[in-house]
Amino acid sequence: MTKAVLSTLELLVLLLPAALLLGGYMARVFRGERTFLSAGLRPIEKLVYRLCRIDESQEMSGRSYALSVVATTLGGCLVLFLIQLLQGILPFNPQGLHGVRWDTALNTAISFGTNTNWQAYAGETTMSPLTQMLGLAVQNFLSAAVGIAVAVAMIRGFARKETQTIGSFWVDFVRAVVYVLLPLALVLAVVLVSQGVVQTLHAPVSAQTLEGATQVIPVGPVASQEAIKEVGTNGGGYYNANSAHPFENPNGLTNLLENFALLLIPTALVFSFGIIVGNRRQGRALLAAMLVLFALGLGVSFWAELSGNPLLAGAGVSGGANLEGKEVRFGIPASALWAESTTVTSTGAVNSAHDSDLPLSGLVQLFNMGIGEVIFGGVGVGLIGMLFYVVLAMFIAGLMIGRTPEFLGKKLGAREMIMAVIGILLPSITLLAGAAVALVLPAGLAGLGNPAAHGLSEILYAYTSAAGNNGSAMAGLSVNTPFYNLTLGLAMLIGRFATLLPGLAIGAAVARKKTVPGSIATFPTTGALFVVVLVAVILLVGALTYFPAFSLGPILEHLFLGAGRLA
Amino acid sequence: MRRRSAGEPERRSMLDRAFVVQAARGSFRKLDPRHLLRSPVMLVTEVGAALTTFLTLVSIVQARPFSFELQVSLWLWFTVLFANFAEALAEAQGSARAESLRRSRKDLTACRQLADGRTELVSAISLRKNDAVVVGDGDTIPGDGEIIEGTALVDESAITGESAPVVREAGGDRSGVTGGSRVLSGRIKVRITADPGETFLDRMIAMVEGARRQMTPNEVALQILLVGLTILFVVVVLSLPAMAHYMGVTTTVPVLVSLLVCLMPTTIGGLLPAIGIAGMDRLVQRNVIAMSGRAVEASGDVDTVVLDKTGTITLGNRMATELVPAPGVSHEELVDAALLSSLPDETPEGRSIVVLCKNELGIKGGDIRAPEEATFVPFSAMTRMSGVDVGSRRVRKGAIDAMEALVRGLGGYFPEAVKAQVEAIGRHGDTPMVVTDGSRVLGVVRLKDVLKQGIKSRLAELRQMGIRSVMITGDNPLTAASIAAEAGLDDFIAEAKPDAKLSLIRKYQSDGHLVAMIGDGTNDAPALAQADVAVAMNAGTQAAREAANMIDLDSNPTKLLDIVEVGKEILITRGALTTFSVANDMAKYFAIVPAIFAAAYPELGVLNVMRLATPTSAVLAAVIFNAIIIPALIPLALRGVHFRARSASAVLRWNLLVYGMGGLVLPFLGIKLLDMILVALRLV
Repeated sequence: MTKAVLSTLELLVLLLPAALLLGGYMARVFRGERTFLSAGLRPIEKLVYRLCRIDESQEMSGRSYALSVVATTLGGCLVLFLIQLLQGILPFNPQGLHGVRWDTALNTAISFGTNTNWQAYAGETTMSPLTQMLGLAVQNFLSAAVGIAVAVAMIRGFARKETQTIGSFWVDFVRAVVYVLLPLALVLAVVLVSQGVVQTLHAPVSAQTLEGATQVIPVGPVASQEAIKEVGTNGGGYYNANSAHPFENPNGLTNLLENFALLLIPTALVFSFGIIVGNRRQGRALLAAMLVLFALGLGVSFWAELSGNPLLAGAGVSGGANLEGKEVRFGIPASALWAESTTVTSTGAVNSAHDSDLPLSGLVQLFNMGIGEVIFGGVGVGLIGMLFYVVLAMFIAGLMIGRTPEFLGKKLGAREMIMAVIGILLPSITLLAGAAVALVLPAGLAGLGNPAAHGLSEILYAYTSAAGNNGSAMAGLSVNTPFYNLTLGLAMLIGRFATLLPGLAIGAAVARKKTVPGSIATFPTTGALFVVVLVAVILLVGALTYFPAFSLGPILEHLFLGAGRLA
Repeated sequence: MRRRSAGEPERRSMLDRAFVVQAARGSFRKLDPRHLLRSPVMLVTEVGAALTTFLTLVSIVQARPFSFELQVSLWLWFTVLFANFAEALAEAQGSARAESLRRSRKDLTACRQLADGRTELVSAISLRKNDAVVVGDGDTIPGDGEIIEGTALVDESAITGESAPVVREAGGDRSGVTGGSRVLSGRIKVRITADPGETFLDRMIAMVEGARRQMTPNEVALQILLVGLTILFVVVVLSLPAMAHYMGVTTTVPVLVSLLVCLMPTTIGGLLPAIGIAGMDRLVQRNVIAMSGRAVEASGDVDTVVLDKTGTITLGNRMATELVPAPGVSHEELVDAALLSSLPDETPEGRSIVVLCKNELGIKGGDIRAPEEATFVPFSAMTRMSGVDVGSRRVRKGAIDAMEALVRGLGGYFPEAVKAQVEAIGRHGDTPMVVTDGSRVLGVVRLKDVLKQGIKSRLAELRQMGIRSVMITGDNPLTAASIAAEAGLDDFIAEAKPDAKLSLIRKYQSDGHLVAMIGDGTNDAPALAQADVAVAMNAGTQAAREAANMIDLDSNPTKLLDIVEVGKEILITRGALTTFSVANDMAKYFAIVPAIFAAAYPELGVLNVMRLATPTSAVLAAVIFNAIIIPALIPLALRGVHFRARSASAVLRWNLLVYGMGGLVLPFLGIKLLDMILVALRLV
């Protein structure tokens, strides 16, 4: 346990100061102020505007911002869909891979367009380097940039008053790519290459195994994709084994850096939020709530994994911790910490097999994703989701102090409420409905590799991951079928737009409102009580939504293990 | 808080038999699904109840055991009925209060004046806007209106409960009259200002009667949350059979419906209409009639209140508080002269000097009179002094410049010490009045603007609620500052012109503040129309009353505090019951989920933390708890969660503890208890 706590502290000591700096930097970037990179990047930014005929000063209403977001996302999906279908006749295809099957291609297109990076396929044997680079990696940047842009627009809404516009999507989008994602991904990729992550356009390498057989080892532009995969909380690995593969994540240092990278922007955005709304303590309060929830889940996971599997212990196989499905290079603390990090954010990259985690760890992961990934969360969308909960919490708190609910001086009315309710509940409803359908239809049950409670957890995990735009999986479920590709694809679309669009709607609605100055009758939203209320609301909403499902899945499985059986 | 005193329609207890019977009948009438469309939570509950009832009938027909289905059905119907009952009870109370006011106008006749000057007797109901009616001694005023001719002493006790009659007169700021009040003496001509059905009473009745009630913005937002939760729980419950089926467990419809109804926020959903109606009713109890629920809730958000100095903060008249003799003049001589000069003076200032002097001399009662030969010289704009001539004595009092001119004109000498004294008094914001006898300066009387009793503590309460008070006065800044400091105001505007109120309110609003204002005069109307919460005195002019969104029947300017309190209480009650309702769900999960699955998976029995006897007893106990918590909370919903002026955090912490933690824990105990009772009664 000491090692677990120490590795958590190591991560946080690295993360928090870096996020603070990046948060300040991003606040400057999105307010159009000069930064230390402006000298080099401003000309690039301007060039993009000129090429795309974007008028930098043209602000947008919430509606046209939303239309741009939808167009960009769906357009990205379409391009990616076509690249996959046609990869057989496109260049940079050294393995001579065929076009991807239509349902897989559609699922993957939606998956990368929505920042989910759910992979129903094995990357190295399905996608050509061209598809990986021009299709997947590009979407890794664009979908992350869309998330950041929408979060920035929403924050702007809270910072502004009595105005119809919330910024320009194109400007926010371009700045997110040019000033934030590209530099961070570049630096990380170089560091990863230095640690031995593969980066080449070479054809697969053939090797003689000890038994004398020939093994084909696919290589490719891994480091560059690995970098944006973490930085943009995407999670789609070059290899099927994802960050457990030594070519993606060779050693302890790269593991720490990748784990750090996937938390970096979401955490930094919370600081940016505080700066842009002119109340840094507000950002810190949100961060405190996130850290509390992060620690709660992580604590349960550590405890479960370190206590080990009673069945194995009973069989006298191995005492101690649960090492099944984990890379011994990383061990339990780094695996559990990663699993927690990748499910609280919408990353979904994995360095261990979540299917082999103990049921209580699975419960924590399901919960993290099921509440909408708001603990740090995906780039941009995590903060948006957290603000939905803030609206809900402040609505209840506001009523209970006898005032029309408000947050940051903005009165919260019917419109904010309806959007927050959609943002919080629609993904949950989608995933519960999806899982229920999969559990009764033969097409859904056909994919199951495990019986009883664990099988239920696997199906639940798949839809939770999709609706939360996470992308990680309990790999025991075979999902590369038309049924799963289509239903999960739909869940991803709903999950994505049920976050982005309500976020914009709230941003635009509060931008139109007056800002009411605080008084002693205003509930201070920067104190411990606010953090407690927010955490309580998130825990309660999560518990009420998933109590029956979790009881039959992870909780029952846990009880089975305690009783010495599997089903 | 002011309560009704004389003339009060008898206060009926909340559970008065008549109300209960009326409400009980109402709760069945409200079973009509069209009515329940307004409350989606209850509509879903009713659909569930109908479904389980149908299944019960099927079981009976097929001769299968039906006891469980029957009990579930009954309690689900009770859930809907209890919710309807809460609303009907609140409506019954509210309309009873309105009705008792309205009764005073029934069978009323009015003496309508025709265009040619002749009058005719008509029924009050037939009066239309702009009709003119003549009301004489002992007549009841037939409708809301404005006096256009004459003066009368009016008994408004039927409306306000205030026994002391009030003077109402044409012109000026006291020209409004309310239908139902009675003219004690005088003869007035009243222009009717509202068509039947649009009077204050009618509006109030509309506020408490369901059909025409509009939801406030806060209610709409809360309703959205409740609908969202309902949809979520419908999906949760619908997904459960799929999961159960996969796990090899069959679920039955009555159990699923029970789970759904238990999870849905039925407590707040059922009590929501009652909370709003009861809130309006509590306002009426405090003699305030609101034109909309929106205004009442906005009053809970007000952070700035604009008050007139005169009549609101001060009594409106300066009072003598101190006598300072000039050098070489004895205290007695000054008292004597001041008293003499003021004895025939009927102005409030004059009266207060008499009172002060009598106190100084230790005389009680009215046994002092001006000498027979004295002639009173009243104040005039020309001389700017008043006084008394007794023989050759010329005793005068007045402002310093007038008196100095007078004294110097008579060849007297105006002592520097008196001048200094005058300045000192002025610096305190008080008014100095110099007393002279012939050419001799006797001393100075200090006249002070005296605060209304209790205003200081009321303003302190406002500050505790986070509301800043701003005073508007025509006084000079010194006077204004002194009064502001004494009363504990946060800000003041001195030497204000008539349009200052409007621009002040606009300024505060543009800074994002929500402003309340109390007014009565016609020149207040624009400011009232601009203010977010505008309270007009019932005695005020028609213009003021039309511009306002609330009418205070008592014409008591500090009534705003009561209004703010009620506004906050309505919101707090809603928030508290929502929190309570949602927190309840945890216990219900712990009761019902193990009940469904523990037979197939005994391991899940650990979730049965309450150790409920059997699956059926567990489900029934949860359903019954869910139903009876509604009537149990009706008193709270009608009375409202009490608001105390404390910091927002303190209020929230307390309410979270009581309704959040309480809501989490209480159902565990309640369901366990009900389970034990069910077992003891052999109902399961």
